[in-house]
Amino acid sequence: MYNLKKIQSKYLNLEINKVVVYSDLIFSLFYYKHHISTQCTLLSCISGVDFLGKSYRFCVVYHLLSLKFNKRLQLKVFINEITSVESCIDIYENANWWEREIWDMYGIYFTKHPDLRRILTDYGFEGHPLRKDFPLSGFLELRFDNIQKSVIIQPIELAQEYRLFQYEMPWV
Amino acid sequence: MYLKKQNIITEIKNFTINFGPQHPAAHGVLRLILELKGEVVERADPHIGLLHRGTEKLIENKSYIQGLPYFDRLDYVSMMAQEHTYSLAIERLASISVPFRARCIRVIFLEITRILNHLLAVGCHAMDVGAMTPFLWAFEEREKLMEFYERVSGARMHAAYIRPGGVSSDLPLGFLDDLYLFINQFNLRLDEIDEVLTENRIWKERLVSIGIVTAKDAIRFGFSGVMLRGSGVCYDLRKFEPYELYDRVNFNIPVGVNGDCYDRYLLRVSEMRESLKIIEQVMSFISSGLIKTENIKQTTPYRTDTKNSMEGLIHHFKLFTEGVIVPSGEVYTVTEAPKGEFGVFLISDGSNRPYRCKIKAPGFAHLQALNFMSKGLMIADIVTIIGTLDIVFGEVDR
Repeated sequence: MYNLKKIQSKYLNLEINKVVVYSDLIFSLFYYKHHISTQCTLLSCISGVDFLGKSYRFCVVYHLLSLKFNKRLQLKVFINEITSVESCIDIYENANWWEREIWDMYGIYFTKHPDLRRILTDYGFEGHPLRKDFPLSGFLELRFDNIQKSVIIQPIELAQEYRLFQYEMPWV
Repeated sequence: MYLKKQNIITEIKNFTINFGPQHPAAHGVLRLILELKGEVVERADPHIGLLHRGTEKLIENKSYIQGLPYFDRLDYVSMMAQEHTYSLAIERLASISVPFRARCIRVIFLEITRILNHLLAVGCHAMDVGAMTPFLWAFEEREKLMEFYERVSGARMHAAYIRPGGVSSDLPLGFLDDLYLFINQFNLRLDEIDEVLTENRIWKERLVSIGIVTAKDAIRFGFSGVMLRGSGVCYDLRKFEPYELYDRVNFNIPVGVNGDCYDRYLLRVSEMRESLKIIEQVMSFISSGLIKTENIKQTTPYRTDTKNSMEGLIHHFKLFTEGVIVPSGEVYTVTEAPKGEFGVFLISDGSNRPYRCKIKAPGFAHLQALNFMSKGLMIADIVTIIGTLDIVFGEVDR
C-alpha cells in the first residue's frame, strides 16, 4: 500500500492548496488526475517561486483544473538547489514547455524530460534570470561596436547606480 | 571489386527550413524550424523567446500600480483583459470592494476588448490565408473601437484604465450614446465579413478538416478558451467561475462540433455577436455612482479631494511614492481573456511590491500543440493553424 506523506493542506482565498514531498509528486499528480472524486484532467500552469534564504529554496506549483467538478487545485513541492524533480510529462502532456521555462528561469532540473533546453532566454545565455540573486540589470550587455562592425557581448556598464525607490514607512 | 547500386545505402534526412522570425505570416516573432518531406511537414519545432522582455522580474521590483502598465503590453491586441485579471488578483488579496458602476464600466470595456481581439484574429487569419479585404474592414472597426479607448483613458491602445479598486476615471459625457450608435451598425459589418468568408468555397477548402483537435487532445494539451470550445468542450470562465457582472447578463456560449479551423472561425464570429448583446444589456442597467472604492488607503483619491483636503493630499503622495500595501498571501486569478484562460499567480509578502507575479498566458499553452496539430499537413496549412491558434508574442514570451 503506497503511503503518501502529506505535509499540508489549506483552503485559503477560495483555493485549495496542497503541499507534498517531492518524491511523492508523480504519484500525487497521477492520483489527482485519475481518481473519480477529483478528476483534475487539465494542467493549467506550472509556476516556480524562489524563496531566497530558506533551506528549501524553490517551490514548484502545479495549477490543476477539474472540468467535471469545476474546481481548481494547487499542488506545491518545496525543493532545494541540488534536488531535481521528476517530469510529469507522462501524465500531463502540456507540461513540456512549462518545465522548460522553469529550467530556464530557475535552474530546477526535471529528470525524464525528453528535451530540456532553454526556451525564453537568448541562445548562449548563462545563468537563471528569475532567481532572486540574479540582478535585474543582468551581467552582460550587447552593443554594436563600430571598430569590429558587429554586435559584441561585454560586461554591463551602468552610468549611475540603479535606484530602487524603496521608501518603506508604515502609514496604515 | 565493383560497387553495385543496390549495395549503396543512402541516408535520407528531412529537409529543414526556417520559417523565420521575420515573416509576414508568422504573427510576430516566431522562429519555426520545420522538417519537411517534400511539401508535407514531419515535425515543427517553435523557437520562442525572441520577444522576451523580462516582465515578471521587472514587476517584482516595482510597486503594484507601477506594474499595471506591463499587463497592457503583454497581449497587445486585447489590452484591458490583462489589466483586469491583475486588478482582480490584487482586489482578492487586499479585500478591496469595487462599486457597481465601476463593475459595469469594466464589463463594457472587457466586451469591447473581446470584439477588438476577435476582429484582429479573424482579419489577420483571413489575410494569411489569402483573403485581403476582410483584414481592412476589420481594422476599420478596430479604429472605431480604439476611439472609445482613447476617449476614456487618453491612449488608443495601452490604456492603464482598469486599476485595483475600480477604474481610473469616469466615462465622459456622450460616451454611451456613441457606443449605442456603434453597436447598431456593427452587426451589419459582421454580416459583410461573414458574407465574404463563411460560405466561400476556397475558404472552406483551406479551413475545413485542417488542424482537427479532439476534445480529449484539447484537454491533454491544456487548451482553454476558443480552442477548447471549438473541440466540443463547453467551458467558459464567464459562466463557470463568474466574476464582475457576468452572472447578471444573459448570453450564449457557442461550442464547436468538429474541432477544426473552420469551427473556430465560426466561434469567433459568434462570440463577437454575443459580446454586442452583453454590452447592450449592461448599458441598459448601468447607474450613476462611484467609479473607485471609497477607501483612499487603497485607491487614489479624486482630483478635487487631492487639491482641497489635507488627507487627500497625504494619501495621494503616499500612494504614488510607496503604493498600496497588500497583506501577505497568494492567489491564482483566472479570467476569460479573448484568447483563452489568462491567469495571474500573485504572491505577496506584506510589502508594497509583489513577491512573485507569474503570468499564465493562453498562447504559451496553445503554441506547444503546434507540433501535434501539424503532423502530416503541408506548409500552407501551417500558416492556417498559426492563424487559428491566435498567437500574439507579447504574451507568449512576456
